[in-house]
Amino acid sequence: MRFFGVENLGVRFGGVVAVDNVSFDVQRGEVYTIIGPNGAGKTTIFNLVGLLYPASTGRIVFQDRDLNGLAPHRVAEMGIARTFQNIELFEHATVLQNLLIGRHRHRRTALWQELAFSGAVKRAERAQREAVEKVIDFLDLAHYRDSMVAGLPYGVRKVIELGRALATEPKLLLLDEPSSGLNPEETNDMAYWIEDIQKGLGITVLMVEHDMSLVQRVSDRVLALNEGRAIAQGTPAEVQSHPAVIEAYLGSKAATDPLPGPPPRMGRDA
Amino acid sequence: MRFLFKTDYDQDLRLFKHRGQVFWYGLLFVVLLAAPWWASEYMMTQLHFIGIYSIVGLGLMLLVGFTGQISLGHAAFLAVGAYTEALLAAAGWPFWLSLPCAALLSAAVGIVVGLPALRLKGIYLAIATLAFGVIAEEIAARWESLTGGNSGLHVKPIELFGAKLDGDADFYYLVLALTAVCCIALANLLRSSTGRAFVAIRDSEISAACMGVNLARYKTLSFALSAALTGVGGALYAHKVSFISPEQFTLLVSIELVTLVILGGVGSLHGAVFGAAFIIVLPQLIAIVKDYLPAAVAGAAGLQSTVFGLVLIGFIIFEPMGLYGRWLKIRTWFELFPFYRKGMFRRQKTYMKSERLR
Amino acid sequence: MYALVALGFVLIYKATETVNFAQGDLMMLGAFFALTGATVLGLPYWLTIVFAVAVMLVVGMLLERAVLRPVLGYPAFTVVMVTIGVGFVLRGVVTMIPGWGTETYALATPFADHVMRVGGVVVAEQQLAVILHTAVLCLALYLFFRFTRVGIAMQATSQNQLAAYYMGIPVRRVNMLIWGLSAGIATIGGILLAPMTFVHSNMGFIGLKAFPAAVVGGFGSVPGAIVGGLIIGVVEALAGFYLPEGFKDVAAYVVVLVVLLVKPSGIFGETVAKKV
Repeated sequence: MRFFGVENLGVRFGGVVAVDNVSFDVQRGEVYTIIGPNGAGKTTIFNLVGLLYPASTGRIVFQDRDLNGLAPHRVAEMGIARTFQNIELFEHATVLQNLLIGRHRHRRTALWQELAFSGAVKRAERAQREAVEKVIDFLDLAHYRDSMVAGLPYGVRKVIELGRALATEPKLLLLDEPSSGLNPEETNDMAYWIEDIQKGLGITVLMVEHDMSLVQRVSDRVLALNEGRAIAQGTPAEVQSHPAVIEAYLGSKAATDPLPGPPPRMGRDA
Repeated sequence: MRFLFKTDYDQDLRLFKHRGQVFWYGLLFVVLLAAPWWASEYMMTQLHFIGIYSIVGLGLMLLVGFTGQISLGHAAFLAVGAYTEALLAAAGWPFWLSLPCAALLSAAVGIVVGLPALRLKGIYLAIATLAFGVIAEEIAARWESLTGGNSGLHVKPIELFGAKLDGDADFYYLVLALTAVCCIALANLLRSSTGRAFVAIRDSEISAACMGVNLARYKTLSFALSAALTGVGGALYAHKVSFISPEQFTLLVSIELVTLVILGGVGSLHGAVFGAAFIIVLPQLIAIVKDYLPAAVAGAAGLQSTVFGLVLIGFIIFEPMGLYGRWLKIRTWFELFPFYRKGMFRRQKTYMKSERLR
Repeated sequence: MYALVALGFVLIYKATETVNFAQGDLMMLGAFFALTGATVLGLPYWLTIVFAVAVMLVVGMLLERAVLRPVLGYPAFTVVMVTIGVGFVLRGVVTMIPGWGTETYALATPFADHVMRVGGVVVAEQQLAVILHTAVLCLALYLFFRFTRVGIAMQATSQNQLAAYYMGIPVRRVNMLIWGLSAGIATIGGILLAPMTFVHSNMGFIGLKAFPAAVVGGFGSVPGAIVGGLIIGVVEALAGFYLPEGFKDVAAYVVVLVVLLVKPSGIFGETVAKKV
């Protein structure tokens, strides 16, 4: 079965081609990262996959199903969850409520039952609560459980974003720049979490990232984008040393001119 | 001071968080039950209206406070409920049948209004609902064969299971019961997934959708429920005033309802009741204060309008959390005495960002 | 006619992204001041206009300072409710002032009862005056927003206040100016309107009809306000002509609903979507 793939995906906004003929496949259980300079179209691809707006060309396939034309909430119901680059949390609710909304696709009760808060609803609520508590334990959020999101620091909010996505029990997790705005310690935590998500929870991760050390550390495969087009794909090491990628990041001279001495290693000991 | 030690999840799920709450609400309920004995006839009428407006307030609170939509045309739902009830009662339908019908019809109209709301946000929605409200009022006036046009309709008293409920106490208990039922039903809804979905839509539609909340379905549901509650209030209102005409459902009434929600405190169930009480009591307060004002000011026709506007502005500026917010602060002051700090409820200073991009 | 009031709306919206429900009532207040100028102070017509506009400029600014400033930064809906409250207060206060009260007055203008023949069509001079004034105002405003520093500053504050602050724009002063300006425009509208509707405390309700005009034209655009006003005016006139009594009032609202359903941002408005 084809777990996840996009073929010839493209979108234009007015005259601007944001994504141009991008194709890639993600295997189940891997961590697949998309890198690229700003404006390359990485978040746009996420938005396309989440069907926030329709693509102009191409198709998206998830578990052998074509995602074209579905509404965003259907995508979530199929098991794809995402985080947002600019944090879209529910500000006037507690952390617990935010995470519980993540459980929305697992609800089983009808409106009438809820109005009366019947026994079935009670049981369902307890079950949701237990599931959410597992996520809270996993991410160490117990401290903030009953706090309003509105007053919390940025680093904590990123973790809550992650928690909310995890609460949906997704099969595919889309992480949009998980380490942006985090200090090295928090980034380190994030790296451990991504590894745990992959190996412990068995969730496939598709992420967009700028921090090369994080990319190096957790990714199985990498796709490099520039100006909406795919320019390289492979293991992190392969992509990093690919001339087209270097050119995209540093300019064409860097790609062709030999550097004095060995190139700096963007890797584990950084 | 009270510390809550939680030992199981059910404690979070419960409606009343601790014994103290049960006690106070119970006391309130007993006092209200005994009202026919301690309240004057005038106060009874006031209590009738407070109950009715509370139900309507709950409806609008659900839509505005919890789902984040706007409606400047809610008087239309009030009218639907009122006229339906009046016509069905005149046709001889028993109350326990006509009330649900009024509610359902209002809900249906609510769905109709909710559909365009799916695409409209913020001020556009406000204007659309405003337009709808005005059109509804006009329809009520024009459709003479159904509604009696501008000359209005008389409403028969309620007949429930054979007994005529036209006494003060009878009607009071009916209103009290319905208000309580609506409050509890709404509270239940808010602690389950539908309620959370509503709040999610209020705070961030995009991420709500990405978490699996079907925006279309839940927005429409919110409108329908809100309209249904308002319709119930309208039906009771019709019986209370026993004569309805289109002038009772104008744009000003819609604005009054929204003011009710704001004054009470957006986003809280208590707010609906507080707001209703305040709106009903305000004209009384003005009348009392009138005696102390110089004749020129007091005698003017515009006093009520001015005070209304000033109160509205004043609350928004000085007490954005509404009456319920004020109540919370007072209660917290007592609970934490003497450790209450002035800045406890301070909002973070917000800067306006273009809502066109929300 | 609707266009003028709509213009005031659009102005405030463009600059502060608030919808001012009290615009009609500001117009009413302006008309009353003009009345006072003409009757009590005995000023000739043109001076009356200047007087009323000047007074209202100040009123607008004071209003902003007292009422809008504290709610700077609140969500749009809350601010709208504040403007509704302002409308109530204005109406109430006007009826309480001795000499104004709830009576209806006529404002003497040099245009009244004069009729011009333009190519076989009889046009009331008054209406011509309205059109002309509106046109001139629009042009002036358009140029103002496009080319003056203040105009651009106003647009900046409407889109992102915090950024505007950082850029050194005195946001609060700019807002004051906008409100003053808007009140002034409303006043001109009120004076021009007076001969047709007479001056009384409820004449502000016409402001409600101007909303559809602004919406139809597109909220952020000045030409939109004009076009919207024209459309609504024409629709209403036609409705009054062809449809039975009473539909005239509603026609405007029906048009609004239709437009909102079909193209929410109006004819000239811009459609924007949030970038996540």
